[in-house]
Amino acid sequence: MNRRNMLAAAFLTIVSVFLLLGMLLIHPFGSPTSQAMDQYIIDNTVEETGANNGVTSVVFDYRGFDTLGEATVLFTAVASVVMLFRRLKK
Amino acid sequence: MKGMSTIVKTIANISFPIITIYGLYIIAHGHLTPGGGFQGGAIVASGLALIAVAHGSSWIESKIKEHDLSLFESLGALAFIGLAFFGIIFGGVFFSNFLVDTSMLFGNIPVGGAADINTGGTLPLMNFAVGLKVIVGLFAIVLVMALATHKKEDSS
Amino acid sequence: MIANIPYLAVAGLIIIGLYTILFKKNLIKMVIGITILESGVNLFLITLGYRLGSIAPIFTGNSEDALMSYPVPQALTLTSIVIGVAVLALMLSLIIHIYRHHGSLHVSKIGGDDQ
Repeated sequence: MNRRNMLAAAFLTIVSVFLLLGMLLIHPFGSPTSQAMDQYIIDNTVEETGANNGVTSVVFDYRGFDTLGEATVLFTAVASVVMLFRRLKK
Repeated sequence: MKGMSTIVKTIANISFPIITIYGLYIIAHGHLTPGGGFQGGAIVASGLALIAVAHGSSWIESKIKEHDLSLFESLGALAFIGLAFFGIIFGGVFFSNFLVDTSMLFGNIPVGGAADINTGGTLPLMNFAVGLKVIVGLFAIVLVMALATHKKEDSS
Repeated sequence: MIANIPYLAVAGLIIIGLYTILFKKNLIKMVIGITILESGVNLFLITLGYRLGSIAPIFTGNSEDALMSYPVPQALTLTSIVIGVAVLALMLSLIIHIYRHHGSLHVSKIGGDDQ
């Protein structure tokens, strides 16, 4: 096989060794280190936002600015796809 | 492209209202059960794509043009940003939840584990805005790609 | 090591996606490889916030001091999925234009030098 295939195979081997070693040495599944931010959100989400769903209160109230960025990305993608298929009036 | 056979068209016509009502239920109860604006919008857009595939792109082109859909998508985006700016006027910070713990539209606070739809503050309104935006946006992508395979004599 | 099986599944998905991007010569197969890679990364984000014996962070019908998973990684995964859909739509529309212009989807027939 030619030079390009050998370079790609070497790159893939290095990345997979890196990934497998990382996944074996990470903390065990099911016991993350204690996070003060998540514990505060679980304790105070019913009084402060009035919602019963923890994930929705994080998406729209505690981290609403990220949702604004995501809505902008969706709008830009839809505008680009519609623009690419515009048929010029003859 | 032509549509499919009569059996497929009949079953698509029957299941389209059921899928739409299920998707709107998931959008509206986003602050009580798992779900929300993005998830429910994807469900309704899948129902609309089912109708577009079953009836063919010629039939869809005679009903909807794609520049009618851009009005609704801009409306959804403007409603979302408008709710964020009202937070500055009434609450003091950007995106503040100015409807919770008041006696206005969505202002209760749930007690115990009870599910009351009148809770949530600005969260249900934001769910509606994002849901409308996702429905119209995903259906516009499907529609434009279906119409691109329709004509055979266009130039690139 | 046997307790880390979700993380090994994530590594397997990423390796399969990278192999498909590097070694296949059809444009549609490369796009499928990119989608598999994104699915692996989203799975990794979700499995970071799980506590053993916990339930979903929903308060409807559950008591207030049940053990709950962390909600922040789930919210970030939602954003990542939507961005993946947007990028996939753009890639597919560009492939339609390439096919109309060149008449083929094989990488060696689409111009550029090959070594």
